[in-house]
Amino acid sequence: MPLGDAATLKDYLPLLLQGIPITLELTFSSIILVVISGFVLGLGRSSKVRGIRWPSAFVVEFFRGSSAIVQLFWAFYVLPFFGIELPPYVAGVLVLGLNGGAYFSEVVRASFASVPKGQTEAAAALDLSAWFRLTRVVLPQALPLMVPAFGNALIDMLKFTALLSLITINELAYRADAIRSVLTEGGEVYGLTLLIYFVLSLIFSFGVQRLEYLANRWAGRGELTRRGPGRKGKSGVPRWAFPSRS
Amino acid sequence: MGDSEVAELAANPPSTVDTVLTMHDVTIAYGERVVVDSLNLAVKPAEKVAIIGPSGSGKTTVLRLAIGLERPSAGSILIDGRYMWHIERAGVLVPAGERQARRARRPVGMVFQQFNLFPHMTARQNLTEPLIHVLSLGKEEANHRATDLLSRVGLATHLDHRPAQMSGGQQQRVAIARSLALRPKLMLFDEVTSALDPELVGEVLQVIRELAHTTSMAMILVTHEISFAADIADRVIVLDHGKIVEEGPPSIVLREPRSPRTQQFLRAILER
Repeated sequence: MPLGDAATLKDYLPLLLQGIPITLELTFSSIILVVISGFVLGLGRSSKVRGIRWPSAFVVEFFRGSSAIVQLFWAFYVLPFFGIELPPYVAGVLVLGLNGGAYFSEVVRASFASVPKGQTEAAAALDLSAWFRLTRVVLPQALPLMVPAFGNALIDMLKFTALLSLITINELAYRADAIRSVLTEGGEVYGLTLLIYFVLSLIFSFGVQRLEYLANRWAGRGELTRRGPGRKGKSGVPRWAFPSRS
Repeated sequence: MGDSEVAELAANPPSTVDTVLTMHDVTIAYGERVVVDSLNLAVKPAEKVAIIGPSGSGKTTVLRLAIGLERPSAGSILIDGRYMWHIERAGVLVPAGERQARRARRPVGMVFQQFNLFPHMTARQNLTEPLIHVLSLGKEEANHRATDLLSRVGLATHLDHRPAQMSGGQQQRVAIARSLALRPKLMLFDEVTSALDPELVGEVLQVIRELAHTTSMAMILVTHEISFAADIADRVIVLDHGKIVEEGPPSIVLREPRSPRTQQFLRAILER
């Protein structure tokens, strides 16, 4: 890194900021895997078939029960001994995605379970197929319940991407540490990096609250009148998350 | 069901001539607890049957058995001449699975105490979705039928409202319309007014009364509205602890019941 030990903010800021798109890319790749694996494991764990339920439970307990860092090291440093060489990006997203997915699967499971049994019974009484019951009756009602947890998972992913600096990925935290190790006065880099993470997670929070409103509206709950919400909409979502209505 | 029971069923099939629903020695037990005890019930086309009795007597379970939401531990159920949980193979009846039940339950519709409307769909969609996916109707025809039915129950103005925007009475009327959409031969009503505010009960009963007088559907109503039952039922059945303790026309069962249990029950209800 072409920095002298007396470099100032003006010198290293571009280097630092270049880590943001990488961090964001890792976050979004991971969260996609979190949602996919969360659904697969969550539905698997709810299955009546033991052959599906037990393996799902095992995978969930395994990823939740061991530390993410160790899983990361194992995927990147140990797997090659078994003949599987994963590029750091792939290993990182895989571990974060499965780890986060294991936690998210519990939310998926609980959300599905909290849809009233009367809904599936009414659908069965109407002779609607099992597939229709799952995708068009239960899922739309379970989805809004998952959004807050999804928001948490997203912000967690943002922070977890810092761990990927340990397997040689050149994201934000890695750069912050590299810069600090070159400078004599390195403290302010960390403060700045903290600020960057904070601002990013704040933006995510706003986005998730908007998502919560949309999901609730789609599912037929919350604010539906043209008048618009009061200071906080009925669904507890703040005012600025609503489209502007007169 | 044991082999001997199956064989006996084949040798002496219950009379299915002209019935929409036949329950033959139906028992359902959860472990030690027997909820329905060797019940025999036959409902003819266009017949209106009311089932009354104390809570826990198995009334709701009887309805759930009739639509296949519960499977009997023993006995057989026939809908419109078709066995619900058995298939005939080489002249013998063998137990069947969900798929057979699905086929058998087609002519039956059910309205629930808690309405169970799909909250993420409008009133219109609550009707069109089953029409499209179960009866394979085209979108236009489904829409037409939905609009027609919702008008019949007096909710033409609420076509595009969600359940959350409607009162309990309105929701229950949509639920009735939804079940009617599939043109069932037998309609089951499970205490459909018990969850409603008193002033909303009348509008729902009115819809049911109209159905009773203008359609040729058979109906089974589990209800606490004794006077309503007396008004529209051809036959009243009193259930207690999973067994029928009295059965007959409303004039007899409700005015001069023979069974002491019925007398006790009616006295308790009418003294409120």
